[in-house]
Amino acid sequence: MKRDGEPRIGVYICHCGTNIAGVVDVKAVAEFAKGLPGVALAKDMMYACSEATQREIINDIQQERLDRVVVAACSPKMHEPTFRAALERAGLNKYLFEMANIREQDSWVHKDGGQATEKAKDLVRMAVARARLLIPYKESEIPVGERALVVGGGIAGIQAALDLADSGYKVFLVEKEPFIGGHMAQLDKTFPTLDCSTCILAPKMAEVGRHPNITLLTNAEVEAVSGFVGNFKVKVRQRARFVTPECTACGECVPVCPVAVPDEFNMGLGLRKAIYKSLPQAVPAEYAIDIENCLNKPNLLVCEKCLQACSPKAINFEQPPEKELDLEVDTVIIAIGADPYDPSKSQDYGYGKYENVITTIDFERLISPTGPTLGKILRPSDLGKPKRIAFIQCVGSRISNPELEGNPYCSGICCMVSIKQALLIKEKLPEAEITIYYIDIRAKGKGFEEMYRRARLAGIRFIKGLPAEVLENSDKSLTLVGENILLGELYEHRHDLVILSVGLEARKESEKVQKLFGLARSSDGFFAEKHPKLEPVDTATTGIFLAGAAESPKDIRESSIQAKAAASRAARLMKEGKIRIEALSAEVREELCAGCGICESVCPFNAIHVDGTSHVTEAACQGCGVCAASCPVGAIEMHHFTDAQVLAQVEAALADRPKEKIIVFTCNWCSYAGADMAGTSRLEYDPRVRLIRLMCSGRLNPQFALRAFELGAAGVLITGCHPGECHYQSGNLRALSRYELLKRLLRSLGLQEERLALEWVSAAEGERFAQVVNAFAGRLERLGVLTKAKGEEPALTTAEAGRREG
Amino acid sequence: MRIAYYPGCSLKALAANFDRSARAAMGALGVELVELERWNCCGTVSSLTTDDLMRQLAPVRNLIRAQEAGERRLVTACAMCYNTLKRAALRVEAHPEELAKINAFLDEEPDYRGGVRVLHLLELLRDEVGFEAVAKRVVRPLEGLRVAPYYGCLLLRPRGVGLDDPENPSILEELVRALGAEPVDSPLKGQCCGSYHTVAHKEVVARRAHKILSEAASRGAEALISSCPLCSFNLDNRQRLIRELDGSFAPLPVLYFTELMALAFGLEEALSPEGHYVDPRPFLEERQLLRR
Amino acid sequence: MDKMGKIDLSAKELQEEVEALSGQRVFACYHCGKCTAGCPFASEMDLTPRQVLEYIMEGRVEVLNSRTIWLCAACFTCTVRCPNGIDIARVMEALRQILLRRGEDSLDLASLGEEELPQIALVAGARKLIG
Repeated sequence: MKRDGEPRIGVYICHCGTNIAGVVDVKAVAEFAKGLPGVALAKDMMYACSEATQREIINDIQQERLDRVVVAACSPKMHEPTFRAALERAGLNKYLFEMANIREQDSWVHKDGGQATEKAKDLVRMAVARARLLIPYKESEIPVGERALVVGGGIAGIQAALDLADSGYKVFLVEKEPFIGGHMAQLDKTFPTLDCSTCILAPKMAEVGRHPNITLLTNAEVEAVSGFVGNFKVKVRQRARFVTPECTACGECVPVCPVAVPDEFNMGLGLRKAIYKSLPQAVPAEYAIDIENCLNKPNLLVCEKCLQACSPKAINFEQPPEKELDLEVDTVIIAIGADPYDPSKSQDYGYGKYENVITTIDFERLISPTGPTLGKILRPSDLGKPKRIAFIQCVGSRISNPELEGNPYCSGICCMVSIKQALLIKEKLPEAEITIYYIDIRAKGKGFEEMYRRARLAGIRFIKGLPAEVLENSDKSLTLVGENILLGELYEHRHDLVILSVGLEARKESEKVQKLFGLARSSDGFFAEKHPKLEPVDTATTGIFLAGAAESPKDIRESSIQAKAAASRAARLMKEGKIRIEALSAEVREELCAGCGICESVCPFNAIHVDGTSHVTEAACQGCGVCAASCPVGAIEMHHFTDAQVLAQVEAALADRPKEKIIVFTCNWCSYAGADMAGTSRLEYDPRVRLIRLMCSGRLNPQFALRAFELGAAGVLITGCHPGECHYQSGNLRALSRYELLKRLLRSLGLQEERLALEWVSAAEGERFAQVVNAFAGRLERLGVLTKAKGEEPALTTAEAGRREG
Repeated sequence: MRIAYYPGCSLKALAANFDRSARAAMGALGVELVELERWNCCGTVSSLTTDDLMRQLAPVRNLIRAQEAGERRLVTACAMCYNTLKRAALRVEAHPEELAKINAFLDEEPDYRGGVRVLHLLELLRDEVGFEAVAKRVVRPLEGLRVAPYYGCLLLRPRGVGLDDPENPSILEELVRALGAEPVDSPLKGQCCGSYHTVAHKEVVARRAHKILSEAASRGAEALISSCPLCSFNLDNRQRLIRELDGSFAPLPVLYFTELMALAFGLEEALSPEGHYVDPRPFLEERQLLRR
Repeated sequence: MDKMGKIDLSAKELQEEVEALSGQRVFACYHCGKCTAGCPFASEMDLTPRQVLEYIMEGRVEVLNSRTIWLCAACFTCTVRCPNGIDIARVMEALRQILLRRGEDSLDLASLGEEELPQIALVAGARKLIG
């Protein structure tokens, strides 16, 4: 590859039918590109992404000895991979490609052809300036072995573990409780088929227990994680069970145990002993001792009743109370599930205050043959048979009022849970009057609508309109007052038992797990997938996948589907035995590095260690660039996002009439995608903005903004993911502190600090992106630093048209 | 302790017994209520439109009076005054631009600089005096007396203005317990009594009051306590109309919480028949909580 | 009484005026009915509070004839419970104000009897019911 002298850049401007050409004067832009330094040829094409055009580009690369390619078309999120592949087909390194987004960022958001054409020229000039400095990189390969870690032993973890183990991979399944099965083990029947939950789950659990490829670690939690795909090092802390595998599960120990505590598996509706089992079919089959409640302490025996009763001598109080295990795994599946919403957080329905108000998950234990009433439906206050039973839907769900407890989303499962439970009650108590108070019934799923119809025909009353509160009467019955919305009339109904249909929310432990594995969560608290549609089980971290309700509320079927998908995604990596890592890592220029260690302390991925000078573990580096922006001596270069490349874009954006320009730095994941969303939604915004994409807002070297001001930019807007949603954990918070610093600096330089702004925009917030940009432009105009752009002034375009003709 | 006190109009007229008992009971706890000088109407009900700055002038002027007196706090007994003054105080605190306009308009007054906290007597009892101190001051424990606390709207709502959890308040219950009586929980304790509809729709208010009183009575309440002159009027005086509508209705005494305090503190003179439709004295005498 | 006889408002004007005066997004309502369910005056009303919101969303100006908007005493029970964060008490106030600002009072002080009332009852009533 020719590295010296002027590069030979090919520039291709796409019409995208009329998507671009309908607004932008594409030919004028191509003409303009020809005059830019380093450009060997510039063309306009009807559809740059067509196979014919691809072949033309390949041909040009070979015939015209092009060594860089710029395509001005749609978002790189759309077609960058397409064009990179074309470069590779032509024998050119794929990192020598650059895209100018003149559709989502230009023709779709600006109506004024003159302004849009001017902006397209700027975007091409910026892309060409960056392309001149592009460097070819070789992607490294790292080996990936055949060991997987599955965190969480509910149905999703079980399904994923079994699929991987059956495919020949070694699986460590870590479960924090002493038994696996999760919430599914608590359920009586499942919708819509009314299969017995334990009957279909127990064989799966047993298989996990005996599978030669699965190491089941119960009573265990992940404590520390380091490394990366192919080389995760995981520290697991396991609490002692005090019962050895010699246990035959005969159960002789249980009746002699003197301690009885509320049974959490039965939602506290019954009692269990200190030596116990969740279910007769529990896995592992051995009993477990709850040492918190047992009279004995490790190595301090005051009660020997169970020891005496145990004929196989399987009880051992001398086990060390905890042990630490160091695992090495290649891939990870997060399947920690979700928590049911706790309605005692909001006082309105009297949960926790009135005995006969229970939740749907409580009711599962009440109706289960293995539950505290052995499956008899009894009301808690007097163990009488309830005659009038109410379900209240959407408890803790669909609440967008920030003053109230609850979650804004619909959990999607609660309607079917109530309908199922209502039908089960009808089977056991045919005379019971059952009313379901609802807002909307959501029955989307195979067989769901049919079940809803069955419930209506079975005489279950569906009343549209939620009660506002539950009132307890002196006989412990409950009165619900509300509006029957379809009648527009008030109801006042008495019920013996009120069942609150609660949704699911992110596990309490989610934050801990997020930090341990360096993952992202969305604003609802659930783990964020890499792409909501096309990469629904991947995370932004290669080698870590999501299964089940950890990602969003799910029923059993959806959890299984996702678990199996996650297993196959993990297997795909492990089967290949190696993985190519995108060449976006940091590189330390050792001759400049002073070994101060700041980079090591800011790296969210433990990818840098200091040993005299800093060293980057390329496979662990995710390429966010927080280290490079933090390095006081500029010793860290980010591959493909070098300081020089970004500065070249800043300079190109401000080459012409800088006082009319606003520089917007975006992160790759949220705000750039948010700008794309503004484009696809055709939301118009101020045409004076020029976007520069970084991988993370934390990459923003203060120098980038200062250079923009130095060149006369009206303003600089830094955008990134909302706090808590950063794809690199906390890069956006680094951006925030750097922003504060920059503002102080601007003040001391005598510049108006209002010319710098920082805003969070998520990938879905196209509308917000447009609003933020417009508000900032408005502010800059009021400050008098932003000059009015030339409007629909034919002057420039006509002049150029003239030149073209001439 | 001395604290600036805003009595409001009703406590100077029809609800003078609320004012008298409040001063007596608080005095017994070592809290002197110092009446604000030149106070004016609190504004009565908060206006709820976005363009109602005019309606904030009255409450803000009272805050200016407190500021002039060098006070950082202003305590009220009337729930309605409390709500209206506090809303105005919070609003101008959150919207300095609105305060600037109000100050400009009130050009005959010194500027309000913000920072006056509006308190209700109950908050003062809970957060500063403490219910333990209240219990210690009791000389005649109201043992066995079953009292239903009635909160109404304005002590509780909206969130951020109210002084307790709007769905599950407990401050009055704590006070009742501190006085040695037994709180009776009624699900209607936070429901509106009918408010100003008592002016033109007496029967609507009577139906509300009937429901609230009957619910409390059915749960064993022998008396009801309130913190609002309007609630008290509706729950007490409207019993005349309730009896016209329902002959079987048994009268239920309605007291201000401060009257109950005065009783337990042995300040019998603070408990007079004036201000009550259902005279609470015969019943209290019968229960030997009041000397004949 | 026909309050809106003299009031000429289009559907859109009604919606805009209600939203402007109340500062609330009425269209966020998804009809759970909790406002009606907790309303202490619901049994006295011709339209339920939820129906009032639906009338506004449908642009039906006859909502101004409803007894409901005058019965609402701004007790804020609906306000603290609305899952969509609509301050319904403010919406009711906006509807009252649309009438009061056009001279359509709902209380005639002269017609009141001799009964001695708490001062705050009279002032509050006057503030809410007279323009």
